[in-house]
Amino acid sequence: MKIAFTSRGRSLDVLLDGRFGRTPFFVVHDTVSGETAAVENVQNLNAAQGAGIQAAVTVANAGAEAVVTGHCGPKAFQVLQAAGIKVYQTGALTGEEALRQFEAGALRQLDAADVEGHWA
Amino acid sequence: MRIAVASGKGGTGKTTVALALAEVLGPRGRLLDCDVEEPNCHLFLDSVPVRSEAVEVPVPEFDPERCIGCGACARSCNFHAIAALGKRMLFFPELCHSCGGCGLACKAGAVTERMHGIGRLEYRAAAGIELVTGVMNVGHPMAVPVIRRLKERTLSDRIDVLDCPPGTACPMVAAVRGADFVLLVTEPTVFGLHDLELACDTLEKLRLRSGVVINRADDNCGGVEQFCRARGIPVLMRIPFSRRIAEGYSSGKRLTECAPELRKELEALSALICEGELVER
Repeated sequence: MKIAFTSRGRSLDVLLDGRFGRTPFFVVHDTVSGETAAVENVQNLNAAQGAGIQAAVTVANAGAEAVVTGHCGPKAFQVLQAAGIKVYQTGALTGEEALRQFEAGALRQLDAADVEGHWA
Repeated sequence: MRIAVASGKGGTGKTTVALALAEVLGPRGRLLDCDVEEPNCHLFLDSVPVRSEAVEVPVPEFDPERCIGCGACARSCNFHAIAALGKRMLFFPELCHSCGGCGLACKAGAVTERMHGIGRLEYRAAAGIELVTGVMNVGHPMAVPVIRRLKERTLSDRIDVLDCPPGTACPMVAAVRGADFVLLVTEPTVFGLHDLELACDTLEKLRLRSGVVINRADDNCGGVEQFCRARGIPVLMRIPFSRRIAEGYSSGKRLTECAPELRKELEALSALICEGELVER
């Protein structure tokens, strides 16, 4: 199973970014192989609108089945849900810490967006 | 002819001035409430709409039978309104700018257009004022298409007074664009002057002629007057700082009702704009 973590950098040992749509990177961790790969999200950092929507598409294209992040807005959640991707919420500081929480089953799965949209 | 009443800063008295101008223009004039995010001219006219017209914009519709899942439509969208998950399209109409780009990008003929309601125009008349109000649907974030539609309803044989949105962002620009003259309503405060400057800069870029009305005018108008002199913008009228006017406004009275002594000045202002040399012919 592939899990996408919102991250400030290209690996799991750096700060986790609490934002979904405007995170600089997604670090995709494969729980079977144990490998990680970074996917840039820079194209969304300065988007005037719709960053969450396109970030969700990016995560779907990366083959992730779950997202671990701080917060998720309504449009992003709608796209992730349509793509069959589960969303888990964490307050962890780093991706590694969030991964341990995930493996321990300590993360809450969101059944709806937890924050309001920022634009519309 | 179009006279736009704008300000920069909110709450300086655009609606007060626009209503007063429309009232002194009488049957020659008309009032268009372009502040579609928060229209309020109608609050000063004891009336109900006699007619309402839907404002709709084209948005894409996706045919899953024809879609080949290439994602070209989503990539073409600068507004990120389309999420392409293979052949499954998620579309967010509130983000769509109706540019038609996705339809052009689709080589499979899977994108067609349908009309999507975003607001309405309301027509009413009272106190000798004909008013058309632009109203946005709740939840729709884009004011500009409603303002554009409202302006399409301008009549060539009338003098349309446009009550514009505050600020200097897209809705204000959409409202003032194409006006024959822009009346900037300001107040003699630091904020009023600061935002007046922004408004003047905006109008300069749009190459629009303007004049200033100082509302709540008291002994502190020096800064505004100095600024106007330096920029070569005429100060056309001063509405005195008066508790009577403020109280009247708060109870839904128009300027002509709570300060009838200003009527002559308002008539002179309208004559100056409509017949004077302020407007290029």
